[in-house]
Amino acid sequence: MGLLSKKDSKLILDPLADNNPITIQVLGICSALAITAQLKPSIVMAISVIFVLGVGNVVISLMRNIIPSKIRIIVQLIVVATLVIIVDQVLKAFAYELSKELSVFIGLIITNCIIMGRFEAFALGNGPWKSFLDGIGNALGYGVILIIVGFFRELFGSGTLFGIKVLGDSVEKTGLYAIGYENNGFMVLPPMALIVVGIIIWVQRSKNKALIEEN
Amino acid sequence: MEHVELFFKSVFVDNMVFAYFLGMCSYLAVSKKVSTAVGLGAAVIFVLTVTVPLNWLLDQYILQEGALSWLGAEYADYDLSFLSFILFIATIATMVQLVEIVVERFSPALYNSLGIFLPLIAVNCAILGGSLFMQSREIESFGLALNYGFSSGIGWFLAILAIAAIREKIRYSNVPAPLRGLGITFIITGLMAIGFMSFGGMLTGGDDAEKTPEGGSAQVETLSEETSKELAQNETLEVSDITPQ
Repeated sequence: MGLLSKKDSKLILDPLADNNPITIQVLGICSALAITAQLKPSIVMAISVIFVLGVGNVVISLMRNIIPSKIRIIVQLIVVATLVIIVDQVLKAFAYELSKELSVFIGLIITNCIIMGRFEAFALGNGPWKSFLDGIGNALGYGVILIIVGFFRELFGSGTLFGIKVLGDSVEKTGLYAIGYENNGFMVLPPMALIVVGIIIWVQRSKNKALIEEN
Repeated sequence: MEHVELFFKSVFVDNMVFAYFLGMCSYLAVSKKVSTAVGLGAAVIFVLTVTVPLNWLLDQYILQEGALSWLGAEYADYDLSFLSFILFIATIATMVQLVEIVVERFSPALYNSLGIFLPLIAVNCAILGGSLFMQSREIESFGLALNYGFSSGIGWFLAILAIAAIREKIRYSNVPAPLRGLGITFIITGLMAIGFMSFGGMLTGGDDAEKTPEGGSAQVETLSEETSKELAQNETLEVSDITPQ
């Protein structure tokens, strides 16, 4: 990468795999499970979190020397809540159907542990540019997991991607359905999200033995 | 009667953890031992019971469209619902701070055992989620809001107690190394969620729709149609219940 120094590009690349907020840091689980029944809400949620975490990290980092320590949680909450209100209003204006589908989970970005976690762990102690990169990196790591889970759940659960039927038509029995394939109805239900993330963790830790927990 | 129905629905069918995945971060982090899980669960029940009715009052008299009409007729058009997020989270953070102060003053032993968990409850998605669901489902009375807060807390408590007990028991099992700890907890929680789905027919007698692409909220939609018919019959009772606070 020509623009970024090695340390800076590490800030973006680390959370994508080795320090992934969802599978390693165990943050941001709630929304990762609840809205991934289809690919489109997953992508919209990922973009929202990238915006909120990127801008939020910069704002907190710029204010880091003037926030009194006793009220820093409240200040962080106000910053996040304001950014989330902006995201919510933009979604309601330009993608009303989607905002109805995501319903309370846009609001729950406020309590998304990744955002508060990165504020505390990084933005409060580092400069604005690095905080921005860290925010973008962690949000991208979160987005990657969301998209993987959303992809498999929509593909196996409804046979569609983005609403486009990719495996054939299940009603008219074309494509794969002609040979007797049926959608796995379970995949669109909440419990499968947990099991899919469990499998992702399994695959990730098999590849990188250093991440295995001691008993 | 709808109080009883709301109670059982919130504990089993709309369980905060198994149907909506709220409060998962602390659920996963704290469930290694039953004793800490019980402490956190009790704190969550308490905070939910206090904040959901408070936020209901805020929503009813300040935030909703037309809510400000008690100030004067010219304010009846104001719709402040876009401020919900900030006001709800401010109420929650304040209440948690108050609870912390009170517990530290009156029961230092409990305060020490809860440790860091009490301030962390302010950012637990289950707490904000309880208030947001209360708002989006348009819960009609203070009593129902109180009921909903309390029963959601009990549902969350049940979930974390169960997973902590199971995690203690599997510590000596042969879990494959990459799955150890976090991975197996996810899969067990998934299996428990499947088990809790069996409660779905509990309040409607068994014939509600099962799968739609909208995930967990599907069951809620069909159930709330049934209960809303019942609520309509009881409407005269509800109106007289709401007295100005």
